[in-house]
Amino acid sequence: MRDVSIIGAGVTKFGELWSKSLRELGLMAGLEAIQDAGSLVQQEHVSALIADYCAMAGAHVPSTRIEGASASGGLALRQAYMAVAGGFIDVAVVGGAEKMTDVSDSESAHTLSMGADEEWESQQGATFASLHAMMAQAHMTEFGTTREMLSAVASKNHGHAALNPQAQFPFPIKPEAVSDSGLVSDPLRMLDCAPQSDGGAAVVLCASDRAKEFSKKPISIIGSGQASDTLSLHHRASLCRMPAIGVAAERAFAHAGRKPADVSVAEIHDNFTISELIALEEIGLVDRGSAGQLTLDGATALGGAIPVNTGGGLKARGHPPGATGVAQAVEIVQQLRGTAGERQVKGATLGLLENHGGTGATAVVHLLEVN
Amino acid sequence: MAVPRFWREMPVRYNLIGSHCTSCDMYHYPPRAMCSGCHRESLGKMEKHQFAGTGQIVANTVVYQPQQGYEMHGPYPMAMIEMDEGARITAQIVDVAPEMVKRGMRVKAVFRKLGEDSESGIIYYGTKFTPADEPEEEDEESADTVEAEL
Repeated sequence: MRDVSIIGAGVTKFGELWSKSLRELGLMAGLEAIQDAGSLVQQEHVSALIADYCAMAGAHVPSTRIEGASASGGLALRQAYMAVAGGFIDVAVVGGAEKMTDVSDSESAHTLSMGADEEWESQQGATFASLHAMMAQAHMTEFGTTREMLSAVASKNHGHAALNPQAQFPFPIKPEAVSDSGLVSDPLRMLDCAPQSDGGAAVVLCASDRAKEFSKKPISIIGSGQASDTLSLHHRASLCRMPAIGVAAERAFAHAGRKPADVSVAEIHDNFTISELIALEEIGLVDRGSAGQLTLDGATALGGAIPVNTGGGLKARGHPPGATGVAQAVEIVQQLRGTAGERQVKGATLGLLENHGGTGATAVVHLLEVN
Repeated sequence: MAVPRFWREMPVRYNLIGSHCTSCDMYHYPPRAMCSGCHRESLGKMEKHQFAGTGQIVANTVVYQPQQGYEMHGPYPMAMIEMDEGARITAQIVDVAPEMVKRGMRVKAVFRKLGEDSESGIIYYGTKFTPADEPEEEDEESADTVEAEL
């Protein structure tokens, strides 16, 4: 197996990008990533399309679409990693793009709920938020997690997004604003939920022995782990856990020969505030049940012991599902290169990215390190 | 949605038919061909099981932003129900004020309309739950059990 490096990273602005089509978003992110290294509703043959418009069709570059609900980006990164590590390909572009605002709000919300069990959760009347609401309640009952702790997650991520010009919501919000926002599904409120966003992100992977040909600051992928769980939340033994995340992290750490205490900066899949708390506990970055209090104490904010979601997270950077897992890699690459500007974590050497789909049915964790 | 998608599931959805593993005694809903508890041990030992439809709420929420097709219900209670045989199901709780729905509450299955394709399209039916008429003391006892399990 060969060592693999990220030699290029690019991301578009996230938000309601009405003037940009999926074709353009994929192209913008892809081209930016390639340069850095050196409306399509119902369009299903996406990989060939983006490759074509990135002018790769003439060379017959192989292209594959990877799908795993909101974990698609992380899964695509892992597929490309395995292809390069396995020696099948020398250089691979991982692109993620999503165009949510070309359909109505209710249609895109319904599409998002397909990440859960469509037949036995969504059709029964359960929204994606309602499943996470039951997870939040279980976490509150089990560990004494409070409303203030959930609000602190969203407020912290907005604070980070204020330092990220590519973010959909580049402004701070007070924790009280989260606690006072409208109920979506008790106890989750509007500002506990990631928004619907358009956006694209891309990274370029290369066999490490050739990385210096393209990039002065290649970033190594030293760990990759993936795990699955039951699709329906009601088939899990505990509602306040997402075990697949823990297993994916364990595999990534074992692969890299590192441990959670070595991580200097992390990107966590905060599609809802409760998800960030549970994921931190599953990965072992904090003790089980302590994530809420630590967030309240500022441990996961910039300047804290373990800065989480320095780019603003899904909550405030925005959540174009296909792009999210790749955007996490872009943020960590910037952190490790030391080019994250005002949101730079000083001396960051090891970065973790956690991306999951549904209520944790698919989880992908990667570890990146300065080369 | 095409008609066969619902038609082929009618027995399962209309009669709460799941599966029972005679190897490890685990119950599943919807039915599984292989037991999620004992895996290959279950091959050839799975049987159909019609659930009694009684159970208790193990988690619940009130949905204020409804699922597509459920707009006229909002705000409505959703819950995770553990049926007495052990299998869990996610369903709407009906015929009760949302604030009355509590963890540990005894419920029973009712046959209800889930949705429709359009005014002239196919109507989907399935299972929702409603509070069960059972003695009060049993309610409290089961609430304690749920507390311990979570």
